[in-house]
Amino acid sequence: MKAWLRQQTRALGSSTGKLLRSPLATAFNVAVLGIALALPAILYVALVNLQDAGRAAAPDPQLTVFMDLGTTRAELRDTETRLSRHQAVARVRYVPREQALEDVNRLSGLGSIVDALGANPLPDAFIIDARDAAPAALSALREDLARWPKVAFVQLDAEWARRLAAVIRLGRLALLLLGTLLAFALVAVTFNTIRLQILTQREEIEVASLIGATPRFIRRPFLYYGALLGLLGGLAAWGLVGGTTQALNGALGDLGRHYGTAWALQPLPLRDAAALLAFAAALGWLGAWLSVSRHLVSGGLR
Amino acid sequence: MIALNGVTKRYPGGHEALKSASLTIREGEMVFLMGHSGAGKSTLLKLIAGIERPTSGSVVVNGEDVGGLRPRAIPYLRRNFGLVFQDHKLLFDRNVFDNVVLPLDILGYGRREGARRVRAALDKVGLLGHEKVMPITLSGGEQQRLCIARAIVHRPAILLADEPSGNLDAAYAAEIGELFRSFNQVGATVVIATHDAQLAERLSPRLVTLASGRIDTAPVGQA
Repeated sequence: MKAWLRQQTRALGSSTGKLLRSPLATAFNVAVLGIALALPAILYVALVNLQDAGRAAAPDPQLTVFMDLGTTRAELRDTETRLSRHQAVARVRYVPREQALEDVNRLSGLGSIVDALGANPLPDAFIIDARDAAPAALSALREDLARWPKVAFVQLDAEWARRLAAVIRLGRLALLLLGTLLAFALVAVTFNTIRLQILTQREEIEVASLIGATPRFIRRPFLYYGALLGLLGGLAAWGLVGGTTQALNGALGDLGRHYGTAWALQPLPLRDAAALLAFAAALGWLGAWLSVSRHLVSGGLR
Repeated sequence: MIALNGVTKRYPGGHEALKSASLTIREGEMVFLMGHSGAGKSTLLKLIAGIERPTSGSVVVNGEDVGGLRPRAIPYLRRNFGLVFQDHKLLFDRNVFDNVVLPLDILGYGRREGARRVRAALDKVGLLGHEKVMPITLSGGEQQRLCIARAIVHRPAILLADEPSGNLDAAYAAEIGELFRSFNQVGATVVIATHDAQLAERLSPRLVTLASGRIDTAPVGQA
């Protein structure tokens, strides 16, 4: 047991030494792996953020009924009554045009422009929660309400959320494809790196096997090397993802300020980062294992 | 300890390197395999060490049939041996110490115990103080002694040497002959393949003569 542990640590040590002894080659390898892993990771972060934003913005589908500008108080009251009696409507909330203007002033910082207009350009509106959230029912309700007198326009607030969900589904599929391709690239890179190492260490492998090294003993440093390379690639990818979100957050913050919100991308969660590192190390190990299985046999090792 | 029974080794292409060779080597013996190059000496050593498998017949080492061993058992068989190669097979990308410590790494020795044994082996072959030297800077005789140090560092019961005095002048060859004699005196079984008659004369071992793959059973030059 002690000897086994000692051999493990020694193989790990010799692999680390090999990585450190050719720093430039290692750096390039790590960069390739890091970039290959960072692309899907960044896409993943983008999707997670998009999903969170969508969930925060609109959990329930709502309809907004905008009235004509010249609508009188009596007509508004009529419309409200009719709406609240409508079968498909669960709840009605009236937003007077004065309050809408106040909200715009408060939330968007466009107050000075609105002031410059002199008159209030905003219409009265009703915000409606539908009884049935099914897309077909919502569309029917919207078409029905749009035909009412004095109604200028009916907006289905849930539409963009549905589109967002579709976009996220598409993004997930793209992530899966991209991830698979780049995982393959990672395996291929370690495969080739290990192949080169086996070629340059042919003598050492031959001598070791002649004096009683087991195939396992000979394989071990290569496997550790592959796993370490993958792990370093994973760390590089994590750094790249962190750097990218950081850089984007600066620009997003500026953009968000113009819209009166604070937009910021959440970085890769720690649990997902750990999964990324484990995945990268496992892929590196796999590439090394494939290479070692292939090349040590054909290298004349008995 | 080592027994060959009717061993034939035919290489792909049909060349028969050994033809129904039988030989028994007892524990603690010193045996010289004599003969011209191509007589089958190296093949015989390779069969004993499990580097080659016999085409027919059996090779038994420590009661185990080498030809019948599963591939995964071969490394453990080889740990019984110290191998001295004709071409040394030193690793030129590492220093003397790291060359010699390799068998101990394979066996899983600790650093301190390993270093102690490496120094003992280097002392025996007269290379103590050269631990940090790269093998490429050593002379031919020193490289051969380094190879011997690597072969004996794990104190094997059997020492197999293929032309250990191959390219060396007489003085170096004599030195190396003395080394083998001293290992034999402390109980190791020593099998040396050589065509160096002078060396054989000096050490007066048991002689086994090979000629085109056949063992000449007459104990030539037995003292």
